[in-house]
Amino acid sequence: MAKYIGKRLIYMVITLALIATFTFFLMKVLPGSPVASADKLSPEQRAVVEARYGLNDPLPVQYFNYMFGLVQGDLGISINQFKGAEVTDVILSRMGPSAQIGFQGMVLGTVLGILLGMIAALRQNTWVDYTSTFVAIVGISIPSFVFASLLQYWFGLKWDLFPVALWKDGFMSSVLPSVALAMFPLATAARFIRTEMIEVLGSDYITLAKAKGASGSEIAFKHAFRNALIPLVTVLGPMAVSILTGSLVVEQIFAIPGIGEQFVKSIIVSDFSIIMGTTIFFSVFLILIILLVDILYGVIDPRIRLSGGKS
Amino acid sequence: MEKILQVKDLELSFNTQAGEVKAIRGVNFDLYKGETLAIVGESGSGKSVTTKSIMRLLPESSAEFKNGEILFGGRDLTKLSDKEMQKIRGKEISMIFQDPMTSLNPTMPIGRQLTEPLLKHQKISKNEAKKVAIDLLRLVGMPKPELRMKQYPHQFSGGQRQRIVIAISLACNPKILIADEPTTALDVTIQAQILELMKDLQKKIDTSIIFITHDLGVVANVADRVAVMYGGKIVEIGTVDEIFYNPQHPYTWGLLSSMPSLDTEDAKLYAIPGTPPDLLDPPKGDAFALRSEYALSIDMEQNPPFFKVSDTHSAATWLLHPDAPQVEPPVTVIERMKKFPGSRYYEGGAV
Repeated sequence: MAKYIGKRLIYMVITLALIATFTFFLMKVLPGSPVASADKLSPEQRAVVEARYGLNDPLPVQYFNYMFGLVQGDLGISINQFKGAEVTDVILSRMGPSAQIGFQGMVLGTVLGILLGMIAALRQNTWVDYTSTFVAIVGISIPSFVFASLLQYWFGLKWDLFPVALWKDGFMSSVLPSVALAMFPLATAARFIRTEMIEVLGSDYITLAKAKGASGSEIAFKHAFRNALIPLVTVLGPMAVSILTGSLVVEQIFAIPGIGEQFVKSIIVSDFSIIMGTTIFFSVFLILIILLVDILYGVIDPRIRLSGGKS
Repeated sequence: MEKILQVKDLELSFNTQAGEVKAIRGVNFDLYKGETLAIVGESGSGKSVTTKSIMRLLPESSAEFKNGEILFGGRDLTKLSDKEMQKIRGKEISMIFQDPMTSLNPTMPIGRQLTEPLLKHQKISKNEAKKVAIDLLRLVGMPKPELRMKQYPHQFSGGQRQRIVIAISLACNPKILIADEPTTALDVTIQAQILELMKDLQKKIDTSIIFITHDLGVVANVADRVAVMYGGKIVEIGTVDEIFYNPQHPYTWGLLSSMPSLDTEDAKLYAIPGTPPDLLDPPKGDAFALRSEYALSIDMEQNPPFFKVSDTHSAATWLLHPDAPQVEPPVTVIERMKKFPGSRYYEGGAV
């Protein structure tokens, strides 16, 4: 197991190096420069700034300088968005709110989705099932920004239950964005669990469990649930992605000072080092999630043995 | 002998979108203490449905009892609530299924699957249940049972898994064990081992077995009595010798003729022509008449009642009616009947 994880970590480093390289060159291909919008600068001043950030160096030199810094854990300095602040500090300071709404959204969505899917499967072809399917379809088809605005309007403005936006009231501020983010994982989990539960409930070992005298709830939770969970683990990765991309939009709408909000702004003003830093940060996060998913497989399903894990 | 289970006039239908499928159309049989009753018949004849209805394992949403009763321990199982059935399942009546590869929960160690019925039905602690489970594994011939308790089903072979399923089914010393084609999915050598094991255990715990199969070789090996099912009905029932050596129903003749044997001179194996009846719209008379070369015209009109051949043997065919014409069974069947004292072709000797 340790050997397996070690191997995966090495792959992860290679993947990250590739992602960094691609992002770097893609950005250089893009038109625009961090200083282009600064009209007030005279050409001389601009030249000074460009020289300071090495923007005039030949591309390979810029690339190697950047990669060299990256290896040392240095993500560079923000060019214009945060004027000279360390990118690492910027990301760290903004991580809190993002992590909070992301985590809350993910947990809320997955737990509710699993419950909804289970109930739908156990009450197959009844109104409960149809309602759950409807919720799932709505959750998948309505984009998070539409849903976020609806939440703001009803729960924030009309009923005044939660703050409409901004990050000022601690947990209360995090409720609406978390709910907005939870919709996609909720719908996905509900659909997966429903399909899988129905299949599992029809399998021989469930009949055997029934023949042993197990009650309905014992069958659902002790026997079926764990087996129905396996395919859901597969979509945890894509769900994490949806939380990330969702947060880009949702943080904008709710004006939350998180990474997503800052990422969008950095793209608008072409702050190279911030874009690079955030991309790498997101990539690390995603690769770790994928690794976690693979490990979870083995935990949930004993048949899936990781290579080298002979115990 | 003590009757442990009585199935009387059982009728059961499945309500499907296409209509009502009459899967069981009046089944009667008794199960005696300690005996093995084999139910044979082709796919779709209703043998599995009959036993699943005894256990009430059919989906309540579509399966519906239309008539009759299943008497067990003074109670009619068709009338019990699911809660009451839970106390009977696994404790008084338990079941072994066809495919051992899929009948164990893949994500649960087999130890837990074994102790589950014990903890459910008997007031014992987890540790005691574990000990009983280890003993059970030893009983079914599993080497190193202590070590294997923590393992998962995929770490066992097919034969071993069926041994585990048998151990689970016997955990609470059930009065009735229903074995639904327990050896069909196993290869022949393992089949023989499992059958020996079942016979052995039956003697030890004195349970009655209902053994569903379509393999007549297996029937000859394990059964005391045989019920032949066709089209949702029992068409002939008797002791194993009576069914094998003095069969009366044309369907039983067909089954026996289509059984390969080592001394068959003719290399061509007999097959019953036609297809099973459509139970959405069952035929009016004898369901087998359309496939039978022995059918009488009354078979098309009226369902034959049971005619007694002996105290233990009866068959539902108009051929046994006093007014029916004498017909010659197939040659292979006559060869068998020659060995059976009491049959009209008896030539001396014993079965």
